[in-house]
Amino acid sequence: MKEIKLLDHVGSFAENKDKARQIRVQLIIPSLESGEGIILDFTGVDAATQSFVHALISDLFRKFGSEVLDKISFKNCSEEVKKIIGIVSDYMQEAG
Amino acid sequence: MKVYFPNSAFLGNFDGFLKRFDPTNPEILEISANPLWVSVHPVVLAMVAALGSRVKPDKISCEVFEAPSKNYFERMGLFKSLCVKSGIHINEHDPAGRFIPIVQIKDSDGLEKFLEDMIPLLHLQEDPEHAKTIRYIVSELVRNVLEHARSRDGAFLAAQYHEKSNTIRIGIADCGVGIRETIMQSYSAPTDLDAIRLALMPGITGTTKKEGGTEQNAGAGLFFIKSIATRNRNFFVLYSGGAMYKLLKRKPDDLTLSADPFNDRHSRGNEFPYWQGTVVGIDITLDTTEGFTRLLGLIGEIYEEAVKERRRARKNIQPKFI
Repeated sequence: MKEIKLLDHVGSFAENKDKARQIRVQLIIPSLESGEGIILDFTGVDAATQSFVHALISDLFRKFGSEVLDKISFKNCSEEVKKIIGIVSDYMQEAG
Repeated sequence: MKVYFPNSAFLGNFDGFLKRFDPTNPEILEISANPLWVSVHPVVLAMVAALGSRVKPDKISCEVFEAPSKNYFERMGLFKSLCVKSGIHINEHDPAGRFIPIVQIKDSDGLEKFLEDMIPLLHLQEDPEHAKTIRYIVSELVRNVLEHARSRDGAFLAAQYHEKSNTIRIGIADCGVGIRETIMQSYSAPTDLDAIRLALMPGITGTTKKEGGTEQNAGAGLFFIKSIATRNRNFFVLYSGGAMYKLLKRKPDDLTLSADPFNDRHSRGNEFPYWQGTVVGIDITLDTTEGFTRLLGLIGEIYEEAVKERRRARKNIQPKFI
């Protein structure tokens, strides 16, 4: 499992979508493509915008299907970050 | 162009201010003000700064402000942003705890830096729940400008804490392509008001017609912000082209979130003076601000329901019998 510490990339307020894209394209997708699981560690990230989380994970649903959630774990998320990840996961699965 | 600062211009009476805005002759900017008293929402300052950025400094004329409240405009950086000498002398002091003077944000790094500085300026370090809400709103609104507006000068922002009403007022303006041009990339919007309506619906983005958006855009930002304003019983204004949508204050027992902004208590119009770009104004009353985490849960439910509804509607296309 590859672990990505979000705090090192985006600081305590995760809102920069350009950085979300970088993490997705450079770190997450290559790992998933090689069959490796991912842990997204949100330790120290106390808030995130929906736009950031969308830019971070929505494309994974398109590329790998809903089953991608079996390959990703979200670690140490605040309640707020959990809610936003839940919203994005729900609508991406609903969008099919 | 002509702008008149009236006695009072806040979100509740914003229409009156707009009706006196004259967008003709975009190469010049003439500013005048009520001589007795002028009190305005920061969104008005952001708008004037945005207009000023499109005009050469020697084509900006600003009447000498006579009203005793003129110092406010100096402190908020209006004259500085327009490169106009106001003749007003004030003792500059640390603005922390009161307001954010007009700031221009042109790129992602500028936004990140501003978000760090903003919370101390509004004195919200000891109030993390409200800080989250305000930071969220500003981030989403300014990123909208940076990503969609195609504005040469980026976004202009100003904010102020108003002690009497315990409210933070925020205004953001740009002189970009406007909402209709952005939405029209993927949807039909015959008028600016149609475009505003679509832009406020969850899951509608100009970047694609695909449900779930693109990898970078979900079409949720403005819906989230309108929902925050709805639940907190605050004003929210969206003005672009000739149209303005204003979310009106609600009673505490009627805080239902709607996917369609026209189902909310609101006022709207499609014949305002033309604003080339987009303007957003919002008030956040700190007394009534709902816990952000709970709010996100409610917003998520409506968002998902709206996506489901559109899918159902698409599935139920009827055969054509000719």
